Amino acid sequence: MAEHSDPNAPWKTVSGIGTSGVTALLFVFFLQYLPVIAAGETVRWVVPWIPSLDINLTFWIDGLSLMFALLITGIGAMVMLYAAKYLAGHPQYDRFALYLFSFMLSMLGLVLADNLIALFVFWELTTFTSYLLIGFSHADPKSRRNALQALLLTAAGGLALLAGFIMLGITQGTFEMSEITASGSLVGKEFYTLILFLVLAGAFTKSAQVPFHFWLPNAMAAPTPVSAYLHSATMVKAGVYLLARMHPALSGSDLWIWILSIFGAVTAVFASFMALRQTDLKQTLAYTTLMALGTLVMFLAGSTGYAITAAMTFLLVHSLYKAGLFLTIGIIDHATGTRDANVLGGLRAAMPITAMAAAAAGLAMAGIPPFLGFIAKEVAYAGALEMRLMVFVVPMALIAFALMFAVAGIVAYKPFYGPQGKLPHKPHEGPWPMLLGPVVLGTLGLAFGLLPGLSAYYLIEPAVNAVMGAPDRGGRVKLWAGFNLPLLLSLITFALGFVLYAKHQALRGLLARIEARGPDLDAGWDVFLERFMAFTKVQTKLIQTGVLRQYMFATFAVFAVTVFVTLVTRNVGGVRLALGGLSFMEWGVALLIIAGTVLVLLTSSRIMALVALGVVGIGVALIFIMYSAPDVAITQLLVELLVVVLLALAFLKMPNLDPTGAQKHSFLNATLAISVGVLTSVVVLLVVDQPFDRRLTTFFEATSWTEAFGRNIVNVILVDFRTLDTFGEIAVVLIAALGAFVLLKGAAKARAAKEEKE
Amino acid sequence: MEALTAIVIGVLTAAAVYLMLARNFMRFLFGLILLSNAANLTIFASGRMTKGAPALVPYGADTPVGVVANALPQALVLTAIVIGFGLLAFALALAFEVYRRLHSVDTDEMRYAEPKEDATK
Repeated sequence: MAEHSDPNAPWKTVSGIGTSGVTALLFVFFLQYLPVIAAGETVRWVVPWIPSLDINLTFWIDGLSLMFALLITGIGAMVMLYAAKYLAGHPQYDRFALYLFSFMLSMLGLVLADNLIALFVFWELTTFTSYLLIGFSHADPKSRRNALQALLLTAAGGLALLAGFIMLGITQGTFEMSEITASGSLVGKEFYTLILFLVLAGAFTKSAQVPFHFWLPNAMAAPTPVSAYLHSATMVKAGVYLLARMHPALSGSDLWIWILSIFGAVTAVFASFMALRQTDLKQTLAYTTLMALGTLVMFLAGSTGYAITAAMTFLLVHSLYKAGLFLTIGIIDHATGTRDANVLGGLRAAMPITAMAAAAAGLAMAGIPPFLGFIAKEVAYAGALEMRLMVFVVPMALIAFALMFAVAGIVAYKPFYGPQGKLPHKPHEGPWPMLLGPVVLGTLGLAFGLLPGLSAYYLIEPAVNAVMGAPDRGGRVKLWAGFNLPLLLSLITFALGFVLYAKHQALRGLLARIEARGPDLDAGWDVFLERFMAFTKVQTKLIQTGVLRQYMFATFAVFAVTVFVTLVTRNVGGVRLALGGLSFMEWGVALLIIAGTVLVLLTSSRIMALVALGVVGIGVALIFIMYSAPDVAITQLLVELLVVVLLALAFLKMPNLDPTGAQKHSFLNATLAISVGVLTSVVVLLVVDQPFDRRLTTFFEATSWTEAFGRNIVNVILVDFRTLDTFGEIAVVLIAALGAFVLLKGAAKARAAKEEKE
Repeated sequence: MEALTAIVIGVLTAAAVYLMLARNFMRFLFGLILLSNAANLTIFASGRMTKGAPALVPYGADTPVGVVANALPQALVLTAIVIGFGLLAFALALAFEVYRRLHSVDTDEMRYAEPKEDATK
């Protein structure tokens, strides 16, 4: 990625500075809501979208959405500025800026939308823009593959989510989230379990919980600013956002507590071990992001003030330090040409500002006081101690936080201190547009920690209140909470983390051996896709044979089966065959038609078939004449004549019906044909046995002369009452004539061309 | 007569289906013609059949005198006949052109749109 950019290329482009500027303005716009929201109010805008389906574009700012909106626009503005320099001179930079800006807007829509359907649309838009960004280096097959993997996995979850939303909307009678959450918990109500599973499927795929985690490390194929922004600070948190948003409605059941605790804890611990194992710093950060997502999900399992405060504080601090660290790694990669943890070291002298920013982020990540990360960890332990599954959650949190301490050392300390390996380039300090982000984010992590009251009042507590659904000024966010159990746990974390850091080289080998034994879900995904593709191929071959007879057979068979099943289930009873009192002429005409039909069936001669078809046609015309339809009969005779002439003309040039001389019959086809015939007869008999509704006919009879001034009612219907039908009919005939003309003209032309050649 | 017509319709339909399942495209066209006749008769019979009383309003009267044939199905059948003819004419032109190009009327051989798997590779 970095190799595409040119340090001397102009980076102050419209697409770079413009998008970043607009995003910064949005950030300022949202800032003004801080006091309003902190005072306990919410802001709502409603734009009707599809009113008939109760779908509106409703935007809603409360504590939770405001915190997200500020993170999205604030980090977004800095990442866009960073990207302008990082990718300066890249031939497709403008495209990149468009994708990134579209993503920012989609994500903003996601966290502000109050209507479930609108939320879903934004949700899918973030999936889609993420796909474009992961696959930005589209010449690289690995990049394309990873982009597709992320798309398929998160979009599949998205579909489950849509189903869950629709069920939620229908059972609750509203699609507005604010109304659903305000009406209280759904636990124990109808469809609760199904809705919960569907929503969790969406949230867990998006937020990469084990076992859906594997797409996220692969998503690091995207350029580093994208990883910093989408795949750590914002998009992957959409699942967490959803769980927090749904918390008042869905939380509290055993199912919720168990599923979230277990999936979250397993994800957190698994991911932090994996993070330790990586040597590519970007991969390390990817896994620590997974760890953070797992931790957030785990704390959302709880419903106590401390658990939710832990989730919200950790969410804030993680976004700050993780984006900062990703951007720092990008600067290192840019400057040295490598991200290998084993090679990097001693960069502090050459890159002092980067080192400072990384240190600030790393200290926040490790949870060292007075950084906000420390407070987050303290609150997290306090929350974990209150949880139902405390025995399970506390040790898992301890392991995860200790590992994170060690990883913080690997990514933020090790590259800058100690011996320097052999680097591809001579290191140099990053340019200011790239430094701005990490420096600001690192400073914020420190400032929020030093001013816990302020950050709690304006950011954390409003978000906690939104999730808890009740106003609450807990005062839980404190730098010094006294000597208590969480502090002791913190000290254990530091000690354990320090040991892990010191021994991380040795641990890596052990972890690699364990990993090699475990199932490889990423490779499993490829196998799954391959099998799925093979299955669809077989299925397509089975359904789409390309043989007309088989399509016709399927069509008629489906017709026969559906009509038969309907007749049986409706229990129509017997059929009345009223054949008495028919004259010799009527029997004669009927037998004439039947005889003609049988002849068409059995003959091998084209001329004989033509004659037989003529007999059938004339027989039908005779029925029309006998039963008072002279106009129909005249038309039928005329058309019959034309059909015979046309067929005769065409058949002169075409081969015999049976080239082998004898007609081959199929027993199966005959069975189906007879079934369809019998069923048709039965249906017609049942129809004519019903009482007849003459209302339409009575209307035409009454108005034919009085209103349309025509004495032939059939003609009046055709040219007056149903003129549009007749017009359509003329159009059909004209189109058929034009089509036939073009076809035959092509034939004549080809013939002429052929003759000319000869 | 409706009952007898129903039987005639059944015979026409059965024959049409059998012919449309044949490999020879000309037989398919015969089936199409028979099916079109069966459909017209179905519409006609469902509107009930009246003998010897065309749907006309006599001179000097505002409405038909006595019970006359149902005019609506007749109008529908008229439209159907003409459209059926258009369809047939087009199908025939298509068959003719296909035969000119492929030198076959066997529908199993007509695989331009969905070629056989191994043929594509």
